[in-house]
Amino acid sequence: MSEAKGDAGRPRAADRPLSPHLLNWRPHLTMTVSILHRFTGMALYAGALIVAGWTAALAGGAESYDTYRGLLGSPLGRLVLLGVAFSIFYHLAGGLRHLAWDLGYGFEKRTADTTATAVVAFAVTATIAVGAIVFFAGLGLL
Amino acid sequence: MAGYRTPLGRVRGLGSAKHGVGHFIGQRVSAVALIVLVLWGVYSALGLAQMDYAGAQAWARSPWHAIPIAFLLCAALYHGQLGMRVVIEDYIHKPMTKNALLILSLFACWLGAAIGVFSILKVAFGGGAY
Repeated sequence: MSEAKGDAGRPRAADRPLSPHLLNWRPHLTMTVSILHRFTGMALYAGALIVAGWTAALAGGAESYDTYRGLLGSPLGRLVLLGVAFSIFYHLAGGLRHLAWDLGYGFEKRTADTTATAVVAFAVTATIAVGAIVFFAGLGLL
Repeated sequence: MAGYRTPLGRVRGLGSAKHGVGHFIGQRVSAVALIVLVLWGVYSALGLAQMDYAGAQAWARSPWHAIPIAFLLCAALYHGQLGMRVVIEDYIHKPMTKNALLILSLFACWLGAAIGVFSILKVAFGGGAY
C-alpha cells in the first residue's frame, strides 16, 4: 500500500479506514465457513463434470460404463465421491444461508454464527448418513 | 474518445441498461433450481450405485430420470460457470491469463453440458453402444 503524497486538506491514504487484507484477519467461524463455501463450489464444478462423464460412459455402452463405474468405485474414486457429497450438502446449506441474506435476513452477528454452525453440522451429518447408506448397501444390508 | 459528448450523454451510454445484474440473478435463479435438483441427484446416485449397466440404462431411459438429469447438469454447469468466473476474476489479475481461463471455463461448461445432453438423449431414445 503506497502512501498518498498528501494534497493539503485531503486525508492521506493511510489515515482512512481500510479493510485489512484477508491474511490479516484472525481466522474465525463465519470467515472459515465463507471460504469453505467457495472451496466446495469449486469442487462441485469438478463434480458436475464427473456427472457429465458418467452420462458419456453410459451412452458409450457396457464396457465404458463398467470402466467408469470401476473408477468411481475404486478407493480414490470413493474418496472423491464422498468429497463431492460433502461439497453438495455444504454448498446447499451455505447457499440457503446466502439466499436468506439476499432477502435481508440473518446478518446479525449471533445469527450468522449460529447459521454457520448449522451449515457445518448439516454437511457433516448428511455426508456421514450418505456414507453409511453406501457402506451398508454394499454389505447387502439395505 | 468522443470528446464532444456531454457528460449526460456519456452516462446514458455507459450506464445501466438493466442488464448489469444478470450474473447476480442468474446465480440465484439457478441456485433455487439446484436446491431440488441436487437432492434428487444424490438420491438417484445412491440408487444407481447399486445398479449394473443394464439397470442404469433402463433407469436413464425413463423420461422421469432423463429430463431431470439433463436439467440438473445444465443448471449445475451454468451455476458453476458463473461461480468459477468470480473466482478467476478475484484471483487472476493478468488480463491475458484471466481471459484465457474465463474462456476455457466457459468452453468446459458448454462441452460438459453438450456431452451430457447428447448422451442422455442417446440412451433415452434407445441407442445401445456406439
